[in-house]
Amino acid sequence: MTEFLAALADPSLPFFRYAVLTGIFASIPFGVIGTYVVVRRISYIAGAISHCILGGVGAGLYLQNALGVSWFGPLHGAVVVALMASLILAMVSMHAKQREDSVIGALWSVGMAAGLLFIAKTPGYSDPMSYLFGNILLITRTDFFFVLALDVLVLGIIGFFYNTFLAICFDEEYAQLRGIRTHWLYLLLLCLVAMTIVLLVRVVGIVMVIALLTLPAAIAGNFARNILQMMVLATLLCSIFIVVGLGASYSLDLPSGPVIILLAAAAYLLALLGLKVTGKK
Amino acid sequence: MNDETAAIEIRDLSFGYDDIQILCNVRLDIWRGDSICIVGPNGGGKTTLIKLILGLLSPDRGTIRVFGQRPEAARQRIGYVPQYAKYDPQFPISVLDVVLMGRLGGTLRNSYSPQDRDRAMAALGQTGLTDLAVRPFASISGGQRQRTLIARALASGGDILILDEPTANIDHESELQFLDLLRGLNERMTILMVTHEVGFASSFFKRIACVNRQVVVHPTSQLTGKLIQEMYGGDLQMIRHDHRCSEEGHRHD
Repeated sequence: MTEFLAALADPSLPFFRYAVLTGIFASIPFGVIGTYVVVRRISYIAGAISHCILGGVGAGLYLQNALGVSWFGPLHGAVVVALMASLILAMVSMHAKQREDSVIGALWSVGMAAGLLFIAKTPGYSDPMSYLFGNILLITRTDFFFVLALDVLVLGIIGFFYNTFLAICFDEEYAQLRGIRTHWLYLLLLCLVAMTIVLLVRVVGIVMVIALLTLPAAIAGNFARNILQMMVLATLLCSIFIVVGLGASYSLDLPSGPVIILLAAAAYLLALLGLKVTGKK
Repeated sequence: MNDETAAIEIRDLSFGYDDIQILCNVRLDIWRGDSICIVGPNGGGKTTLIKLILGLLSPDRGTIRVFGQRPEAARQRIGYVPQYAKYDPQFPISVLDVVLMGRLGGTLRNSYSPQDRDRAMAALGQTGLTDLAVRPFASISGGQRQRTLIARALASGGDILILDEPTANIDHESELQFLDLLRGLNERMTILMVTHEVGFASSFFKRIACVNRQVVVHPTSQLTGKLIQEMYGGDLQMIRHDHRCSEEGHRHD
């Protein structure tokens, strides 16, 4: 622990401070959007969006390095692919709900396959593992500001549509009967999920995004009385997992991403066991 | 029969999913102040009929008018009570927040005004749930959840109350309370309810609509064993409540 604090204060280790700060601020979209992902039960949709982002990242790398399109990079590719995936998934939910499951599986695998092919054909070496698991210690100042911008975007839109999103998560059909344009709002929600995933994949990688979207919110859901409490609690838990996980990985000299995921998973298991023992659920 | 337009008027309605015809040439009038119960076998089209009336589905042929308007335009005049069993029992939400959803749809932001809160509390009062307002929806009993959903429909205002299988999975005492509540509401609202419990239907409703591809309406007094057998296609065990099975059968007029 003291080593961890010393590392935080060490002026020669700015990346470490960025990692911790970014982790804390990334916990806001993780907690807030994660709450919707959990109560609306769309973690598989979030999984599909996050994995097919690899296709966009690959296309961006290929365009930039193989074709010399300098203005289009991996981040642009990821944004385009994530928003396209949201649009497809929203349309499937509207018109072919019974095939949703298959479409999720197809997007998931096709996105990853395309990404790997693009990366294979891109000159130079880039390691797909770094996109899958990310490396929070490679975070730059720019990444930190991207996360801050995401915080503002997420809190702004959710603050405005709080009641509306609550209604479409609790009972979409009834919300539609009350005159809410549920299809558009569901699409907006999926786009927010997508933007959260895109920006946070930079921070923690494709696989860990899903863990941090769902695990803190799932734990919080067992204790919260309403969505707002669930968001606040999930955000707090998420930031604790990230900070403690970083500290542990630093002390034990382990990769930070997996340590954070396993810490969150252990907490989830403990929470479930605790509830079972105390007989609350 | 009535000097005003019917509450709900259905003419030559047909609807099917893909190749399967669910409803065929349906004609049905529901009058203001009516209390009508929709019964029929599973897959016979009861829920489909409700969804058509709510405008959640559009007919393949024929017309539906609710107070003379298209269903989508008349939604604000209908209070809808879906089956409570479809809700996620872990969803963190209070009873009051569920009822407030009846006030949605006012503005783009859907924020609730003090009047909206008053309406929601009044609806909770009518359904006897005032003391449960801040309780989690997940922690109350099945009968109370059912009444919460009725309170939500009442909070939305409207002149027609449509309920989909509201007595499924609630105990007998809650069922009796529920009937009293409906009786009171029927003094100012038209009530349309889907149920699979025919015996329950006969004690309160004025008319019964049997839905099985076609819709045939009977006054409750005509409810007989033979009629029930025909509705469900014969193979059915019947538990007699307060009505008698007669030999006369029934007429479709």
